[in-house]
Amino acid sequence: MGYFRGFKDLLGLKEVDRDFISTILDQASIFLEVLDRPNKKLPTLRGKTVVHMFFEPSTRTLSSFDLAAKRLSADTISVGTRGTSVVKGESLIDTMRNVDAMKVDLYIVRHSAPGMPHLLARHTKATVINAGDGTNEHPTQALLDMLTMRQIFGTLENIKILIIGDILHSRVARSNIFGLSKFGAKIYLAGPPTLVPKEYENLGAEIVSNIDDVLDEIDVVMALRIQKERLEEPYFPSIREYRKFFAITQERLKRLKPETVLMHPGPVNWGIELDYEAKDRVQNVILRQVTNGVAIRMAILYLFLVGAQNE
Amino acid sequence: MNKILLKNGHIFSPEDGIDEILDLLIVGEKIEKIGKNLKVEGAKEIDLSGLTVFPGFIDLHAHLREPGYEYKEDIESGSKAAVAGGFTTVLAMPNTSPPIDSPERVEYIVKRASQVGLARIYPIGAITKNRAGEDLADLRLMAEMGAVAFSDDGDWVRNSSVMRRALEYAQDFPIITHAEDKTLSPKGIMHESPLSYELGIKGIPRESEEIAVARDVLLARLTGGRLHVAHVSSKGSISIIEMAKEAGLRVTAEVTPHHLIFTEEVMRTYDPIYKVNPPLRSEEDRKALIEALRSGIIDCIATDHAPHATFEKELDLNQAPFGILELEVAFSSLYTKLVKEGELDLETLVAAMSTKPAQIFGFDGMGRIKEGFLADLSIWNLNEKWMVRKDSLHSKSSNTPFLGKELYAKIKYTIVGGKLIDVSNL
Repeated sequence: MGYFRGFKDLLGLKEVDRDFISTILDQASIFLEVLDRPNKKLPTLRGKTVVHMFFEPSTRTLSSFDLAAKRLSADTISVGTRGTSVVKGESLIDTMRNVDAMKVDLYIVRHSAPGMPHLLARHTKATVINAGDGTNEHPTQALLDMLTMRQIFGTLENIKILIIGDILHSRVARSNIFGLSKFGAKIYLAGPPTLVPKEYENLGAEIVSNIDDVLDEIDVVMALRIQKERLEEPYFPSIREYRKFFAITQERLKRLKPETVLMHPGPVNWGIELDYEAKDRVQNVILRQVTNGVAIRMAILYLFLVGAQNE
Repeated sequence: MNKILLKNGHIFSPEDGIDEILDLLIVGEKIEKIGKNLKVEGAKEIDLSGLTVFPGFIDLHAHLREPGYEYKEDIESGSKAAVAGGFTTVLAMPNTSPPIDSPERVEYIVKRASQVGLARIYPIGAITKNRAGEDLADLRLMAEMGAVAFSDDGDWVRNSSVMRRALEYAQDFPIITHAEDKTLSPKGIMHESPLSYELGIKGIPRESEEIAVARDVLLARLTGGRLHVAHVSSKGSISIIEMAKEAGLRVTAEVTPHHLIFTEEVMRTYDPIYKVNPPLRSEEDRKALIEALRSGIIDCIATDHAPHATFEKELDLNQAPFGILELEVAFSSLYTKLVKEGELDLETLVAAMSTKPAQIFGFDGMGRIKEGFLADLSIWNLNEKWMVRKDSLHSKSSNTPFLGKELYAKIKYTIVGGKLIDVSNL
């Protein structure tokens, strides 16, 4: 079974080191060249079976993983999306035991509960890749964000990233904090104090109360989706108040350096996190992230299922 | 009358100042005589060489799940689990389906317990009808049928007026509070702390418990009522309870074995087996709980035995229910993890599981090893290790973190009112 640098699974960026991440980013860069070829399919994972276990709606992550697996000639099956027997209240460990009996090699797990991939990983010899677990981590998204930043700036060292919004519920923000801090990037967090836990300063980030104090020195702005209606507690008073202090408005857009990268994990609430004037600037990056996403996921599948055997 | 002579057992009852190898004669349901080299005509003799005899344990807080959740546990399996854990008396919480909120339902529990005939199972009645926190249940009628205390355990009585009237109306009957202001912890799973933020798991702050304990203590002051605080988990709650005791209020408190043994660190596994309410807190809280038990601010240990089926505990952290199985592992785990490790003395542990609960709930003739007291005893080989296995548990459930682990202290016999139960033949 697959191991990469001593890890059976990729559960998060918290527990891995800088070299682990760099190796994935380097491998992804190699695969990016392959994606530019007329024939994009490699025979590398022929005979391997990849299982998508998605228990939360996802279009982009699922299709990105699926395409990555197919580009490497792996067989893929899907458990947990519509049309299967998985319902609320069914033990996923039981579901996995059944799928395990079909002799599969790797699971890609997305779930609304933190730690579900960790639990499943302990019940199978196959590799488990975390594709987003509740409010915990979304390592592959952070890796593709990091690859995008590295392409643009040539390095991750000392770049300054400002993450704005609902940090508390954002697994993307958390994985980025865990990953980027290992490279000496400077991470600033901003948002309503209720959604930016001071405990995150222990994780290697700095909290800024006024984004206007730092906007003109930032290299990457990552605006997170705000879903007031889905929050279970009254974390902040109104969208109006949020916009005033934390939105990237047209005025704030003008204050960013021309080379500053504007990111959003999507989908964007235009007029809330970002004004529509930012659309072209975000869109360019998003397309690049989508391409990078396939390459990152190819690299992960390759390193865990094949590359590892050379260790 | 039935006579049993226990020979050469190491009798250990801190309250009675006994800590030596003695013989003990049981006649009928009572302890007749304790002494050296007792010889009695017609008594059934049992040699207890190498074994230790404690007062039977009394659990003020267990979920036996009947009626309504018999797939998790029922009164029969719960009674077996109780005596297999050295418990001779267990108080059954009323959050069943339907809840135990009427004299008829109290009577049902009493009847089922007597049909099973192992441990003494005492019902706790609900404070409010349907446990809804609004209208008082028929407390006196339930008491007449055998309810020994009242609780809406699982939920805090949020309406202060309802709680006030319950404390006034119940007079000497303990009102057991599940102290949790749930508005502070919606969808919370673990102790809120730097670790919960590191793990990305929604927290339950200490304050959700402490606010509730503080209000209930103040209502005990207002009413002179008899308040018992269930499963204390936080250091702040201990301070509030200490103040209540210093002020002479009729307030007592319990702590669970799992809050004495585990901390939030186990949540690094993301394993729902450790999902329990109140949550396992920090090492600082755990140390404070041990100290409070030793000093008497916390009166006793109660298990909060909460059986859940495997398929429920194998759900994800959000969906899996709160609760840990305790009855059969409570003493052995505390003995192994705390007494053997030098964190807690055996005297405090045994008193907190037997004498103290009997005293604070007014169970006369129980909780001690004394002539004239009920012959409720648990008999152990403290040096024998045993493996906690699914098929060795008498409970219907097996949701304990000790599954597959070895513990010291193996139970041999439990005696309930003079009735000898050989646990190996249960």
